[in-house]
Amino acid sequence: MVDILKILVFPGFLFLTVFGLAVEYFDRKLHARLQNRIGPPWFQPLADFIKLAAKEDVIPEDANPRMFKMMPVFALTSTVTAFFYIPLWQQGGMFSFTGDLVVVLYLLTIPTLSFFLGGWYSTSLYSKIGAVRSITQLFAYEVPLFISILSPALLADSWSLKEIAIFYTAHPWYWMFNLLGFFVSLVALLGKLEKVPFDIAEAETEIVAGTFTEYSGRLLALFKLGIDIETIVGASLLAAVFLPFGLTLGPALGFMLYIIKVLFIVALLTLARTVLARLRIDQMMELCWRYIAPMAFVQLLASLVLKGVILR
Amino acid sequence: MHKVMIPIGPQHPALKEPESFLVALKGEKITDFVVRLGYNHRGIEKACEERTYIQDIYLTERICGICSHSHSTAFVQAVEEIAAVQVPKRGLYIRTLVAELERVHSHLLWLGVAGHEIGFDTLLMYSWRDREIVMDLLATITGNRVNYGLNTIGGVRRDISPEQVKEILKGDDKLEERTKYYIDIATKETTVIKRLSGVGVLSREDALKLGAVGPTARASGIDRDTRRDNPYAAYSELDFKVVTDNHNDVYGRTLVRLGELMESYKMIRQILKNLPEGPIAVKVPRKIPVGEAVSLYEAPRGEDIHYVKSNGTEKPERVKVRAPTLANVQCVAKMLEDRQLADLPIVIAAIDPCFSCTDRLVGIKEKGCRKKVLKWEQLREFSIHWYRHHGVDFSKLNSKLETKKW
Repeated sequence: MVDILKILVFPGFLFLTVFGLAVEYFDRKLHARLQNRIGPPWFQPLADFIKLAAKEDVIPEDANPRMFKMMPVFALTSTVTAFFYIPLWQQGGMFSFTGDLVVVLYLLTIPTLSFFLGGWYSTSLYSKIGAVRSITQLFAYEVPLFISILSPALLADSWSLKEIAIFYTAHPWYWMFNLLGFFVSLVALLGKLEKVPFDIAEAETEIVAGTFTEYSGRLLALFKLGIDIETIVGASLLAAVFLPFGLTLGPALGFMLYIIKVLFIVALLTLARTVLARLRIDQMMELCWRYIAPMAFVQLLASLVLKGVILR
Repeated sequence: MHKVMIPIGPQHPALKEPESFLVALKGEKITDFVVRLGYNHRGIEKACEERTYIQDIYLTERICGICSHSHSTAFVQAVEEIAAVQVPKRGLYIRTLVAELERVHSHLLWLGVAGHEIGFDTLLMYSWRDREIVMDLLATITGNRVNYGLNTIGGVRRDISPEQVKEILKGDDKLEERTKYYIDIATKETTVIKRLSGVGVLSREDALKLGAVGPTARASGIDRDTRRDNPYAAYSELDFKVVTDNHNDVYGRTLVRLGELMESYKMIRQILKNLPEGPIAVKVPRKIPVGEAVSLYEAPRGEDIHYVKSNGTEKPERVKVRAPTLANVQCVAKMLEDRQLADLPIVIAAIDPCFSCTDRLVGIKEKGCRKKVLKWEQLREFSIHWYRHHGVDFSKLNSKLETKKW
């Protein structure tokens, strides 16, 4: 019973929804202020959600209705599920088992796949191009992301997020060794969330809204909510793996610190999308494989050397 | 992915005006590109023939929303030439001042649009905020932010006061400072350079062959500027240099436009410093003598050509406008050869297109093909029949409208 409450209310689905909308507001407001605009009022994301949810769902005639309707739900559920395994303000998430880090990374890939399938099955040309782009993008950022997130785990000698948290609590300053990996995974997270400079899959001026061109109403609202929650889950994962301090402060202080960590990571993402222009897909591939992936490998190598030679 | 044709326009977020580009794609690569103009035809040239010269000034001003002063000046210059009117010096200087302010606002607008097309919205927000300065200046001088209504045949309609001069100088300094910052961004920000350089290449030879004008031509190394080559208004007395660039790509076009902004600030200062005293306009009779004239004008987008033929009445016999976009739009297909879809918006935007100025209607008479000319009544009859044939009957609505006295 308590578990169900945890899943549905706190820190599960309801909390994620509220926090997701709040973080969307934070992102939009900060983006606007950095651009010298006033920005939206605090309830804007919620108002957008309600408005979209109240609208009619239009499904293209040629589209496969089942796939078309299923994909937003897939995107949403997979991100919410991933959230349960991430340690937030304690050592260990709601559930934990050996290897949950890999499962979280796997679950975080599903939204991208659902963007692809959703776009592909909506049969519009713009959507199809967007879908192909988003899957192409996946190949660019996924490898650096995996490698950079696995290197702190290597240092902690565990694939379990809980044990990683325990290890870094025991060795409070070791997270400093992973800063390069933190940078790499921030770049990869930008790609995963399809934000500027990697919003190639939904480049407005080229392919209208890319994958989401044909989506409207409730389905679009679910997609948007899924992306908001994905932002939180991604930021929480990065916070858990790369900023694993203050996990023994108790619920109140720990919760505050967790929120601050997430907002800090989101602020970094917002800053990136404010000061950069959109790259082309070939430029993104080049950037990710020529610079970001080698950086991730350097981080991995550093972790191996640290673990095998220096910290023995 | 197999080969697909995707429509960019007539309604598309990248375009600010309806225009159709049909793009054949192989994967991300553009293999074919078809431009279709004609969504914005308004028949202004024909309408000019039905109105007096004074009315035509306001009509030509509305050819383009952004370079409105350019079109009205080009028209007025042609009429003045036919009527052999000597415009007072002060009038010419004020015309030039507004022309340069207009160039500033147009280029800043372009910079923002270019930023938006490459997904760099921050640049859009910043440059459009600074554009407000010049818009406010234009509003204080002419009373309007666009469509200034400043020109008249024989001079200008509004004088500028010493206070306004001070205000313009203040705004000019501020804008110069901001533009230096944008030059900094354009030449140093890596993602911007990556998206701009090497994109939309138009070699010097191609630019000459396709008849490119304005910044598009100057960025391909063609040293051509009507303000210097065929000086009009007060340009012969101003000291400025024509900005050219040899990058041949969108990056070069950006540098040319930013360079032109700096030149414009310089020119505005010179104009205000040397502003001669005296009347701003002379009176011109309503009936313009028989004759014809071609007037050239360097609009922000390139050379704008107006041809006016008069027949001795108060209405022109023929007005012909060649807007700069018509000269540049041919180059887009060349620029997009072997490029990617992602480059398409910025390449189209880089010629700073203004489609509504460009659209003309040409009727081509083929041999053996008979074309009918319908009178208004016949056209109405035809449309009623057409709708009835397709199952729509407006007769009830029509009878209601007819009984209502207008």
